[in-house]
Amino acid sequence: MLLYALRRLIYLVPVAFGVSLLVFALVHLAPGDPISAIVPPDAPKEVVDKLKEYYGFDKPLPVQYGRWLLVTLSGDFGTSIGTGRPVAQEVGSAFGNTIILAIAACLVAFSLAIVLGTAAAYAKSRVVDRLVTSIALVGVSVPHFWLAIVLVIIFSVELGWLPPMGLGPENATGWRLDWPHIRHMILPTIALSVIPLGVMTRTVRSTIKEILSMEFVTALQAKGMNDRQILFHVLKNAAPVCLAVMGLQAGNLIGGSILIETVFAWPGTGFLLNSAIFRRDLPILQGTTLVLAFFFMMLNLTVDVIQTFVDPRIKRG
Amino acid sequence: MAIQSPSLDLGAGAAVCATPAAHARGYWQQVARRLRRDPVTLVCAAILLLIVASALAAPWLGLADPYKTSMIRRLYPIGSPNFLLGTDELGRDMFARLIYGGRLSLFMGVTPVALALLIGGTLGITAGFLGGRVNMAIMRVMDVFYAFPSVLLAISLSGAMGAGAENTLLALTIVFIPPICRVSESVTTQVRGFDFVDAARASGAGTLTIVRVHVLGNVLGPILVYATSLISVAIILAAGLSFLGLGVKPPEPEWGLMLNTLRQAIYVNPVLAALPGVMIFITSICFNLMSDGLRAAMDVKA
Repeated sequence: MLLYALRRLIYLVPVAFGVSLLVFALVHLAPGDPISAIVPPDAPKEVVDKLKEYYGFDKPLPVQYGRWLLVTLSGDFGTSIGTGRPVAQEVGSAFGNTIILAIAACLVAFSLAIVLGTAAAYAKSRVVDRLVTSIALVGVSVPHFWLAIVLVIIFSVELGWLPPMGLGPENATGWRLDWPHIRHMILPTIALSVIPLGVMTRTVRSTIKEILSMEFVTALQAKGMNDRQILFHVLKNAAPVCLAVMGLQAGNLIGGSILIETVFAWPGTGFLLNSAIFRRDLPILQGTTLVLAFFFMMLNLTVDVIQTFVDPRIKRG
Repeated sequence: MAIQSPSLDLGAGAAVCATPAAHARGYWQQVARRLRRDPVTLVCAAILLLIVASALAAPWLGLADPYKTSMIRRLYPIGSPNFLLGTDELGRDMFARLIYGGRLSLFMGVTPVALALLIGGTLGITAGFLGGRVNMAIMRVMDVFYAFPSVLLAISLSGAMGAGAENTLLALTIVFIPPICRVSESVTTQVRGFDFVDAARASGAGTLTIVRVHVLGNVLGPILVYATSLISVAIILAAGLSFLGLGVKPPEPEWGLMLNTLRQAIYVNPVLAALPGVMIFITSICFNLMSDGLRAAMDVKA
């Protein structure tokens, strides 16, 4: 077990190296050089050169990469061009806001998906199965940022029940679960949960259906077990596949919440990324992408390791 | 919108069920017959055909000029005389813009998947067939891209490169290459293990011949089905990038961008503001159902 986790971790090293290379390249994908983004176009050449020297942009690319990697590994992500605050600080406070929304959306989506998917797989009537597959289809097909706008139109503009944007009452910090905060979380949570709901419902339904057709289920029935006892065995067998997809979906929620956060002006990483892009704040863009990618890698690693707990047969690598 | 991870047994059914290339015509006829008997897929295909055809033929349909603004007739409600679906925040005809919008929205969604299919498919089949070091090299590079949530990768790339349709296309293509490559690789690896490949090699066929005659026919089906399932994701993602202001630039009609610019109107004319999203929704749901239908008809395991 520990050995498996360790092996996976070691395997992540080259991937992490590649990720850092890609994130570093982001700055150099930008049109013009990174300095031109922060100086006025009519800045004298000496100033530009001085700045280039200061930031190390006059060195050859491999040297720049090495320096950047060393500095980043020591926990220094640079300074935001927009606010002048350290990138680590900006990303850190935004990350918490993204996480709380992602957790809420995961809870809603996964619990609902497990119930719906299981019900559809067991359903004797076609109506239930059709209904659930339709819900799942809508979940994977709906443009979620549009759904967010529709939710705002219905519940904020027309009915006036829920706030259309923001984290909570003024000076709210998130992570406080009282009604004023939760009120602000409801719409973003719903909008964010539709995709994982659709994907997971499909996964749970097809996995359980496949398991129900296996011989061991027939054997258990022949032994005289009732449906509820068999359900336990079925769920246990469905768990590894579903867990893997859940991990991916959770990661995608955290990395992909930018559209929803933009609609609801939710001050998370996506919102930060969006404003960084339009201010050409490349250090923030780089820092946010790097942190989210590493979180995603760690999440996938954790899911892989948990999977070996649930299903001891998994001995890959 | 998230790209579903390709499950590894995706090709298993197809590789077994798909008949070898020599009987390919019979197999495709069977697929066509199954498709003709699938009403859901047929209806979706018809709707998509309608959207695509009207988008392509938009200049000749006698629609209003989608670029012509007017300060006095802004945000007319749906059903106004002369303006079937009202006007947008700059007084442009909504119906014309929705029809014209299909051009860019569909193009921006389908092109990246097609390009990724070409590049990712080639890479994946190469990796799967050659195996060994080549496989290692290609798949480890893909792993790097897999370390990013797909939406994040698309947004960071196009954010760094700057707004514009070309950059969005490039970013989306990069996002879709790894999943297609992974599926192609796993399917090809399975097919390579079959006896008929060994038999072909034993009878002296070269690598290229084996790939062309024996492998492609068996792997293209599952790869194609997987690629079609990505189109709806791509359309939503492309619209999302334009919605953020990263994709198509105004004043071009494009559904995602229209959703963005109409957001200021949700207090004035909420139904109108939601219309472009309905188009995205319909298109994406049809592509998803078509992909499901194709999967069933081609007997590819999901």
